[in-house]
Amino acid sequence: MDLHFQGPEASAEERAAVDGVLRDQPAHRDLLLPALHAAQDRFGWVTPGALDYICRRLSVPPAEAHGVVTFYHLLSLEPMPAAMTHVCDDIACRVQGAERLCDELARRLGPEGEGGWKRSPCLGLCERAPAAVVIRAGAAPSAFAVAPASAEAIATEPEEDFTAFRRSVPREGGRLLHRIGRVDPSSLSGYLESGGYAGLRRAIEIGPAAVIGEVSASKLMGRGGAAFPTGRKWEAVARASARPHYVICNADESEPGTFKDRVLMEGDPFAVVEGMTIAGLATGSERGFLYIRGEYPLALRRMAAAIESARAGGWLGRDLQGSGLSFDIEIRRGAGAYICGEETALFNSIEGKRGEPRNKPPFPSEAGVFGKPTLVNNVETLVNIPLILRLGGEAYAKIGTSASTGPKLFCVSGHVERPGVYEVDFGATLGELIAMAGGVTGGRRLRAVLLGGAAGVFVGPDQLAMPLTFEGTRAAAATLGSGVILAFDDSTDLGDILLRIAAFFRDESCGQCVPCRVGTVRQAELLHRLRSGCLIGDLATELALLREIGQVMRDASICGLGQTASSAVESALTALELLAGPEPRS
Amino acid sequence: MSVHTLRIDEKDVSARAGQTILEAASENGISIPTLCHLEGLSNVGACRLCLVEVAVVGGGTRLAAACVTAAAEEMVIQTDTDRLREYRKMIVELLFAERNHVCSVCVANNHCELQEMAVSQGVDHVRYDYLEPRCDVDLSHPRFGLDHNRCILCTRCVRACDEVEGAHTWDVSGRGTLSRVVTDLNAPWGASETCTSCGKCVMACPTGALFHQSSTVSEMIHERTRLSFLVDAREKKQWHA
Repeated sequence: MDLHFQGPEASAEERAAVDGVLRDQPAHRDLLLPALHAAQDRFGWVTPGALDYICRRLSVPPAEAHGVVTFYHLLSLEPMPAAMTHVCDDIACRVQGAERLCDELARRLGPEGEGGWKRSPCLGLCERAPAAVVIRAGAAPSAFAVAPASAEAIATEPEEDFTAFRRSVPREGGRLLHRIGRVDPSSLSGYLESGGYAGLRRAIEIGPAAVIGEVSASKLMGRGGAAFPTGRKWEAVARASARPHYVICNADESEPGTFKDRVLMEGDPFAVVEGMTIAGLATGSERGFLYIRGEYPLALRRMAAAIESARAGGWLGRDLQGSGLSFDIEIRRGAGAYICGEETALFNSIEGKRGEPRNKPPFPSEAGVFGKPTLVNNVETLVNIPLILRLGGEAYAKIGTSASTGPKLFCVSGHVERPGVYEVDFGATLGELIAMAGGVTGGRRLRAVLLGGAAGVFVGPDQLAMPLTFEGTRAAAATLGSGVILAFDDSTDLGDILLRIAAFFRDESCGQCVPCRVGTVRQAELLHRLRSGCLIGDLATELALLREIGQVMRDASICGLGQTASSAVESALTALELLAGPEPRS
Repeated sequence: MSVHTLRIDEKDVSARAGQTILEAASENGISIPTLCHLEGLSNVGACRLCLVEVAVVGGGTRLAAACVTAAAEEMVIQTDTDRLREYRKMIVELLFAERNHVCSVCVANNHCELQEMAVSQGVDHVRYDYLEPRCDVDLSHPRFGLDHNRCILCTRCVRACDEVEGAHTWDVSGRGTLSRVVTDLNAPWGASETCTSCGKCVMACPTGALFHQSSTVSEMIHERTRLSFLVDAREKKQWHA
């Protein structure tokens, strides 16, 4: 392509920042996002000179680069303060004083944006709400989470201490969580001594077909939210004739209320590496991508260090442990877009494009990233893999219920005494999980629970006996989603929570398809009208319109975002009878 | 070449391997409404007007965008059900209420695909109040103009510029309802150094968002079939009359 450029000449500093990631590699446009991150990390925004230089080096048309930068919340084309504090004002933080924190920051630092702070959707730190992530640009950029956050606490980077993770995992033991806070996540030998890599050893021994046989026998279902049988996915990719094959670990955990994948990556990163490696061997893939959300700085560092150590120890790279097999992992950092957790949007993001979902079919197992057969699994799903190989598929299938096998992680937060990640065998009820977390804070009455995240559903306190299994939630017209249990006590302003959920989908819609792009705006606006009482027509007309918009989004949108954008709102209207009468006041 | 046999609206039709439902239907005289689709350009399945109901084994149907879904053996498709008509109507209403569409003063009045779609889908009023966003008009290009008030984000201009002209002057910036089509780094169109002033984006535009500067109300007639003429001539060496 004959490209024309018009930007200002890049300075030596701008060139150095970009060259730092591109080095002398040939111009692969999939390096666009890493190159933009390099500029953002160095200057606090993507400067015109840096953007122009990136376009030239990667042969990307300026309009396309502009489209990509403006798609992601963590990238900016406008000058920004070098240090930016991203303050979560999403559901879990909202009920723990996020608005008070924002008010205080506005008073002390100045208005949002220029004051060096801004609001953010869920940062995945719900068990320690309210939360903030500080990102500092410069020659030595840094990023760290502060939770619980306060106006004072955000000034200093907290010390890293892996034993502090015990706070996030209140119950000891478990099959998936046993190392967290107890085994040093930076130590490969610690991982090996605590039973690590036994799964991969066995996988090498029995070969790809038998590994897939074990995963199928385990009846493992994907833990990312869609609950697709993992064995079937693996088999489809392994069988695909086009080459090469890719494995992607979807660590773009952005569903409000979800933090289990972050805890796994921060606390037990080698388990994620091992799970991915087994998936690579089983599906005939030699290259894996770990796509990790940009708001998870500690998980990013821990995963990068684990990959480095695994490579040095011969557990990644060429000829794994003398087996003749090869597999390696490249980390890709997201840049602030919930939609990139949708697998086809994630492919586009890795390829350096706007993170817009693709129409399916073709499915990822036929044409995924770079148009090649691709296996995409969630972090928690992959962490189950070493366990399955250690126990054997059939033994694993005996854990839990017959249709929902294995251990399951739940992210319990909101108004509970001990928020955190809880591991149970499938079959525990909603009430048992809430009791495990110490019950409702201060002994108050439970008003509602949001199950499965913003894309999930609200259930009332009459549903505590619901078994949290795929079949149990389906029977109750609910969903497990990503394992979110967000509890609200009877003092919660649920109308405010609903508005936040609607705003979330409006802000995160990619804008590609009409029902979601416009529908999410209309939904948010209708809820505002219902709350303020400034109705157009009568209540019945407004509610009918809200339901219609929900229906067209659910049925006609391209991807899961639009299809689930009305789910929580609708369930609040029906299960909680939210607008049916006056809110009970305590 | 393998051929599939399928059923569209109670009619048995055949489709060549690789053909979409939309292509198979139109070859058999069955028309499906479309807006982001344009002959000669790739398909994105974004407007969702071409949704059809495809029967699912075991009962029920699923919705699929006809422009991007391959026709397959033994598919049973309905293109004009109550449910589809309802959704199409809503989508047109949502589009009208999203920006500032005022047909009576528009350059494309009577030559507008959005307007025609509203008529064909029986949209006689819009049940949503208008969002009335503030939108810019870019008249910096010597020959063409861009009015964001009339843009429906179909991305035909982006695809025409990239796929047919090869300039990639256009792209979409931002996301969600704040998305806008932009030239280069969001510079004024007239300052764009990649634009060849070929006018293919203007030909492709379904509404009055892109227009010739000299045109006034109802005067902008887009030459939308010109793109498929060019593409067929270039790729298939077929020159349509």
